[in-house]
Amino acid sequence: MRRRAVRGSPQASAAAVIRSLRIAGFRSHAEVRLVPEGRPVALWGANGAGKTNLIEAVSMLSPGRGLRAAAPEDLARRGGPGWKVAAELAAPGGDRAVETWAAAGEPRQVRIDGKAAPQAALAGVLRVLWLTPAMDRLWTEAPEGRRRFLDRLTLSFDPGHAAAAQDYDRAMRERNRLLRDQVADARWYAALEAQMAAAGARMAAARAAAVARIARALAAEAVFPVPDLAVTLPQDADDGGDLAAALAAGRRRDMAAGRTLAGPHRADLSAVWAAKGVPAALCSTGEQKALLVSVVLANARALAEDTGQAPALLLDEVAAHLDPDRRAALHRAIGALGCQAFITGTEPALFEGLDALRLRVTERGGESVLEADP
Amino acid sequence: MGRPPREIEALIAAFARLPGLGPRSARRAVLHLLARRAQAMEPLAEALRRVAATARDCSVCGSIDTTDPCAICADPRRANGAICVVEDVADLWAMERAGAFAGRYHVLGGTLSALDAVGPDDLRIPALVARVAAEGVGEVILALPATVEGQTTAHYIAEALAPTGVAVTGLAQGVPVGGELDWLDDGTIGAAMRARRRF
Ligand SMILES: Nc1ncnc2c1ncn2[C@@H]1O[C@H](COP(=O)(O)OP(=O)(O)O)[C@@H](O)[C@H]1O
Ligand SMILES: [Mg+2]
Ligand SMILES: [Zn+2]
Repeated sequence: MRRRAVRGSPQASAAAVIRSLRIAGFRSHAEVRLVPEGRPVALWGANGAGKTNLIEAVSMLSPGRGLRAAAPEDLARRGGPGWKVAAELAAPGGDRAVETWAAAGEPRQVRIDGKAAPQAALAGVLRVLWLTPAMDRLWTEAPEGRRRFLDRLTLSFDPGHAAAAQDYDRAMRERNRLLRDQVADARWYAALEAQMAAAGARMAAARAAAVARIARALAAEAVFPVPDLAVTLPQDADDGGDLAAALAAGRRRDMAAGRTLAGPHRADLSAVWAAKGVPAALCSTGEQKALLVSVVLANARALAEDTGQAPALLLDEVAAHLDPDRRAALHRAIGALGCQAFITGTEPALFEGLDALRLRVTERGGESVLEADP
Repeated sequence: MGRPPREIEALIAAFARLPGLGPRSARRAVLHLLARRAQAMEPLAEALRRVAATARDCSVCGSIDTTDPCAICADPRRANGAICVVEDVADLWAMERAGAFAGRYHVLGGTLSALDAVGPDDLRIPALVARVAAEGVGEVILALPATVEGQTTAHYIAEALAPTGVAVTGLAQGVPVGGELDWLDDGTIGAAMRARRRF
């Protein structure tokens, strides 16, 4: 349920606070109990200790496959009976209890406040944003990664985006099958293209609105480099504003290609460092990371303003890439948002100046162990 | 541990192939029948035999009845100039339960899906076009699911009927997304029928 922030109120945006968290049988974690009470959680330890595994478990409190986009069968502890993540959340409307789990080989289940709920309902309880090392090459790699990033941004503002994207994808896969089978029935194509045009228009509008919303929130950014974001299409995917007509005109071309060329399934997210006029792909690794950090922070601020609730932030190995000034700025930003953050790094020194629950993660005999920092 | 006799195993296997039943519920159902052979098993066997001997596909609308044409197609009072197109017989029964429609039906037997290898010729679309001309139909109501497949099929039929000049309408989509008629309550079906719109 969305709650509007009360304008002008000093507590206009409350954060979703994870009061307590229980993780069982999840990858390298046999059993973990944490009581963050809303304080940031800083996890440090050697490579392979289980830091990412822990925040991946937290990411399962949102719909989907989590921050690694993992195959469901990889999540349970090897040889174990299944996994479970349970959290008590303090939200503006009162406390909520969220549980999600999967027995080995079974689909994931969700229970909210003790009642079975569809996975999509998780989005209405807690929004979760993340930044991971796998996204380090986001600006330089193939468009798929940026498109997924764009769709996650969009979904955070507009849960209905998932249904539009699913409908579009389903209709397109149907159409691609007709193309590959060399079916000539123009009426069948037209029927599918009408579905694609309707769902595609909803998708494109939601993406454009999300990017515009992020741009407004980026205006408040003082330390991190601010990108100009735009949704773009490759030239041969451009529909000239009428997807149904473009698809109808492109049937022969698409049949030769064996797939649908025009449409929002080929959208890309372009980013140019506004102050320097340099495309993100040409920036240094650290600058690229900083551009991503500013987008994720803007996303969090925008959600806090629009919904009255700051999202949870999962920042995996983010601090290591940032110079000390930006690291300090990130810690301040987390404090200002008052959001439930989980942040990882190899050294405790990376969290200097961050008021956080600090936990050391080590691996013993294939099992992760957590210890509070002295 | 001994297994059940072969005939009973075969009966359990037949039950387990039914929709909504798995091996465990099939075993339970068969045990229930075995314990009540006179009160439950004999009447069930008799009912199955009778229906198996008399069930017919209606050659006009594609519904299932014990007569061909079915009771609805044979009833002159149902010739009110409107045909309601549904995906399957379950949807037809749902419409009848709701009492929301007084005309005749056309059962497609599925929805268009290239991925599932269901094409226009596998559905009864040419038969529908022929009926519209032959029965003097003034309105075709598409009561198809709000899924991609359902709406693609609706679009296809609307285009196929365009040359006949018949009015083509769709159920108002206050109906939950992806909702199938069979799952809706009678009041919802009635409201969707009254608020139908030009397709
Ligand atoms: N399903 C699983 N069961 C048990 N251990 C796992 C499972 N999946 C991953 N691991 C172990 O987790 C470790 C990696 O943990 P990770 O959280 O990525 O480390 P880091 O602390 O570097 O982020 C690896 O040693 C891997 O073998
Ligand atoms: Mg890691
Ligand atoms: Zn009939």
